[in-house]
Amino acid sequence: MGYLLESTWYILQGCTTTLKLFALTLLFSLPLGFICAMAKTSKVKPLKFLMELYTSVVRGTPLLLQIFFVYYGLPIFFPGLRLERFTAAVLTFILNYGAYFTEIFRGGIQSIDRGQYEAARVLGMNYRQTMSRIILPQTFKRVLPPVANEAITLVKDTALVVVLGIGEVLRNSKEIVARDFTISPFIIAAVIYLMLNYVVVLIFRKLEQRYSVYE
Amino acid sequence: MNNTMIKVENLHKNFGSLEVLKGIDLEVRKGEIISIIGPSGSGKSTLLRCLIHLEKTSSGSIIIEGSPISFEEDGRQIHFAESVIRERCRKLGMVFQNFNLFPHKTAIENICEAPVALGRKSKAAALAFGERLLERVGLSEKRNSYPCHLSGGQKQRVAIARALAMEPDVMLFDEPTSALDPELIGEVLAVIKELAEDDMTMLIVTHEMTFAREVSGRVIFMDEGEIIEAAAPEKLFTDPDHPRIKTFLEKML
Repeated sequence: MGYLLESTWYILQGCTTTLKLFALTLLFSLPLGFICAMAKTSKVKPLKFLMELYTSVVRGTPLLLQIFFVYYGLPIFFPGLRLERFTAAVLTFILNYGAYFTEIFRGGIQSIDRGQYEAARVLGMNYRQTMSRIILPQTFKRVLPPVANEAITLVKDTALVVVLGIGEVLRNSKEIVARDFTISPFIIAAVIYLMLNYVVVLIFRKLEQRYSVYE
Repeated sequence: MNNTMIKVENLHKNFGSLEVLKGIDLEVRKGEIISIIGPSGSGKSTLLRCLIHLEKTSSGSIIIEGSPISFEEDGRQIHFAESVIRERCRKLGMVFQNFNLFPHKTAIENICEAPVALGRKSKAAALAFGERLLERVGLSEKRNSYPCHLSGGQKQRVAIARALAMEPDVMLFDEPTSALDPELIGEVLAVIKELAEDDMTMLIVTHEMTFAREVSGRVIFMDEGEIIEAAAPEKLFTDPDHPRIKTFLEKML
């Protein structure tokens, strides 16, 4: 029992890094996705093209490969640009999740009925007023389920940074597995991820409930 | 005093190679109630949508209370900035077939949204005015209901109140009862009739012939992008000049 507690405590220490990666990624990729979605739904052709390039490259290649590329590849192209391991990981995650959020928000914005734009327009609202007061609040509600999906995936994806040797939940459990030849740390890790995601699900369920008063 | 509210000259509208409006001339005077009837695809709705600039005109002039939003001079089309057009179109209010209420806002919020957003009224003033409008359309008790909890007829009445909240000089109705169950049509028409009694200038695209006959001072029959005949309802409904109108009316009744 003492052994299990000790292992759990050690693995839990990795939680700080996991949670930091999770929080920083959401904190920056959500606004990034929002801005890119606005650009993608705008009428500015070069901007739309740039966003198309961004989302297709990022969504079309493995996240693991992107982590390798940013950490090992960037210094080759830009000598001197040697990023801290954690910084490289966060940066990659933000760019990666930003691309997915871009597509989720774009889909959300475009799913709003054209009649909503027309109603706002005949009432005299300009584009900015229409977006901020009419379209985006409705979009927010619609994108909650897919955003929740991404957040859940993100909790699990944080484990990928084990390849950079960053001491998060999976890395810490692996260390014990390698030292003690037992797989119980993996089970502990699984339970930790499960619990983290349970919290994520709860938060999003609350949000969805709050916005379910209409429709 | 010039009491022309809307003046339309030689208005054309194409969707690609499809010519939807083929030279419309129309003058709407203050206090006039005009019904626009005709078969589907005749361009009735497109005409209304051009007036409030939901559709960009292909050529021709639209002048709202002396200010053009589209202007043709010596065969040259003059264009105006979006913001200018938006400002000039504010004299008009519009009610849609599908209501297009904002689903995330309650009845009163739907009504107060635009006046507050555009800085036309303080929040308190908009609220007080909005409540009067809700009372006028008979929905005071639905003040805090979301559109999903309203019947079609109630939605359309809220939509009318929402348009009135911007205090337009002219109201455009685009088939306001076409999406409603038959038993709900009456309540919406009653609200429009009340507006008529208050001398609101109105353009109504409708398939409700009895209503059109009863409420309008002038009825316009459109077919294939043209105004075939514009006349007083008694004349148009009983003795139209054009055989096409006779055929249409026979089918409607």
